[in-house]
Amino acid sequence: MSTPETSRGRLAVLKTYKLYVGGKFPRSESGRVYEVTAATSAAGAAGKGQWLANAPLASRKDARDAVVAARKAFGGWSGATAYNRGQVLYRVAEMLEGRRQQFAAEVTAAEGLSKAKAQAAVDAAIDRWVWYAGWSDKLAQVVGGANPVAGPFFNLSTPEPTGVVAVLAPQRSSLLGLVSVLAPVLVSGNTAVVVTSRNAPLPALSLAEVLATSDLPGGVVNVLSGDTAELARPLAAHADVQAVDLAGAEGGLAAELEAAAAENLKRVLRPAAQDPDWSAQPGLERMTAFLETKTVWHPVGA
Amino acid sequence: MTDNTTPPNPSASAAASQLFAYAPAPESRAVVDLAPSYGLFVDGEFREAAGGKVFKTLSPATEEVLAEVAHAGEEDVEAAVRAARAAFGPWSALPGTERAKYLFRIARVIQERSRELAVLETLDNGKPIRESRDADLPLVAAHFFYYAGWADKLSYAGLGPDPRPLGVAAQVIPWNFPLLMLAWKIAPALAAGNTVVLKPAETTPLSALFFADICRQAGLPKGVVNIVTGDGATGAALVAHPDVNKVAFTGSTAVGRQIARTVAGTDKRLTLELGGKGANIVFEDAPLDQAVEGIVSGIFFNQGQVCCAGSRLLVQESVHDEVLDALKRRLATLRVGDPLDKNTDVGAINSAEQLARITELAEAGEAEGAERWSAPCELPGEGYWFAPTVFTHVSQAHRIAREEIFGPVLSVLTFRTPDEAVAKANNTPYGLSAGIWTEKGSRILQTANQLRAGVVWANTFNKFDPTSPFGGYKESGYGREGGRHGLEAYLEHA
Repeated sequence: MSTPETSRGRLAVLKTYKLYVGGKFPRSESGRVYEVTAATSAAGAAGKGQWLANAPLASRKDARDAVVAARKAFGGWSGATAYNRGQVLYRVAEMLEGRRQQFAAEVTAAEGLSKAKAQAAVDAAIDRWVWYAGWSDKLAQVVGGANPVAGPFFNLSTPEPTGVVAVLAPQRSSLLGLVSVLAPVLVSGNTAVVVTSRNAPLPALSLAEVLATSDLPGGVVNVLSGDTAELARPLAAHADVQAVDLAGAEGGLAAELEAAAAENLKRVLRPAAQDPDWSAQPGLERMTAFLETKTVWHPVGA
Repeated sequence: MTDNTTPPNPSASAAASQLFAYAPAPESRAVVDLAPSYGLFVDGEFREAAGGKVFKTLSPATEEVLAEVAHAGEEDVEAAVRAARAAFGPWSALPGTERAKYLFRIARVIQERSRELAVLETLDNGKPIRESRDADLPLVAAHFFYYAGWADKLSYAGLGPDPRPLGVAAQVIPWNFPLLMLAWKIAPALAAGNTVVLKPAETTPLSALFFADICRQAGLPKGVVNIVTGDGATGAALVAHPDVNKVAFTGSTAVGRQIARTVAGTDKRLTLELGGKGANIVFEDAPLDQAVEGIVSGIFFNQGQVCCAGSRLLVQESVHDEVLDALKRRLATLRVGDPLDKNTDVGAINSAEQLARITELAEAGEAEGAERWSAPCELPGEGYWFAPTVFTHVSQAHRIAREEIFGPVLSVLTFRTPDEAVAKANNTPYGLSAGIWTEKGSRILQTANQLRAGVVWANTFNKFDPTSPFGGYKESGYGREGGRHGLEAYLEHA
């Protein structure tokens, strides 16, 4: 984000925002960018409508590359121990904590919140990573278990990640909303391709820098900024994507994407009818939406 | 066996098998009182279709017409959904304990009438009486008994302190386990407080209509269960009805896809239990005699018309010949024929249409270069029959290795290493079931972890239980039926 702090006579160094794909920070293969402007005129931030940055306008090809990266990362991430995944998610919270002020400023500019509200959103986002981190090694006991079948069999149901999940981040809550939809996908071992908020992509692109320094293996999360529909359409139709979270699909787009997702029977999490209160304590639903249940039988006998 | 040094005389053993051939042991049909025609069950009463249309249902073993059944059109679907909607308020407001008692009653009446229902199911479906009597019907009753107990314990289902029913459930079921699929659909829906409109398959409508009579005997309030018989158009109208809150479908992946598109953009919740191409993996250290039995039950149970059938046998190269010899020996002893005969192992294919599909795919197997072997058995002159068949020299590219045949046809592939076995097993858009045969525990657990399938049977196959969640990965559908998980499909978190 640009903070034109020229007041003390120093010209700020601006950041080039990039995509995050396969653990690397590429520009869009298309070479396109789009202008991101501030949503606020709050004191200390850029004025409303002021230029903040040029974000990459990712293409269909970027989306497909991201799916390839997410697929490649799936075996390792889903095969990692739950303890390990929990520690990595907790590490994300640690890294984010150290950059609270940067994110508060970015959220202020992105969402037009007051400084205090933006800080509260960032703090809630950090706490959300901690909350989900703790679920990694508890979920299987809560949603799985032994089944008392009527016969001499050992019978156990366990949750497993669905696979590659395309996540359309909420359009308005640029950081807390994003974390609230991303963390539950990751904690159980899925890998993700995230399409950021169209108009407020910068906190998400900065979050990628946090993820890259949090021991999260490359490709587990891939972040694309750009036009939501342009990126969502190829993802919803992609045969190597197993699920879509449509949180950021507005208007008729959600129905169109759900119909496209039917082709390979993706699991679809529909957007809420109204903008959810992202600060509320989540339940299990966003995690269980991207889980499969596997039941294993074995005879019991000498 | 110390002094038996002379080789067995083939003609003598043939004579012995004639001498000791099974005498016919038919189950009596008298226990089923079939009416010449049946109506739709809407709002607690049987009625003709509004348009007066009917269709015939056949016994696939003899092609005899069993009865005429009303063919529901859009007007009838409308009436059924309206009845279910009207019943939803009072039914969902009943204390869970009362709903539970209705379901317990239904379970008990099913147990009381299980012989009648088993014979009926065998007549209409063509499956051996041994299976309808010993597998389908006990599971049907158990399913209602299991979900009955949930009705007053929903706050313990992990869906919040006060989970809410969804409303009217539209349920469309297949012909392979007509009454069992009805139980899988109706029992959890009712326990959770929903009302239902169920459409049985076109070729097997009768047991659902007998179930309607069981609802009457159990005193179930009218409109809670509605049965509309008909064809694919009836099902499509039901699924698309705007006043339906939940759609549950078991059937082919192609139709499941269509339903997912229909439901897209609505508030309807959807669960799908679709096709499969299950891999049954036999490692060289497996207990081979047991494995052969498992292979047989995996693909020849219910004539292979099972979505979770072990239709791809993956056998380790080192034991391929031994397993195939034993398998063919065993298949030669299968008794194919009259489904009502208590000694029959393999019954009739459900319909002429299904038989044509099996025949076409088997021909494609030969045309693509796989080697075909069929069990030496005499098939009856009338009805729809297909001899148990095994294809060897099958490659992963062959249609018979990729497409669901839904018949008594086994495709055999080989592997050398456990990694190769897993890679081949997962090389399918489906992900419903898989089997593992080995004496090594750590290998079972490792393989089970790596298989992308919803049900994994290790050293057993085709086992089902109402407490055990069942359902697929990938294009085998989503949602689970059975167990606590099965309730999630019919409840709103609250």
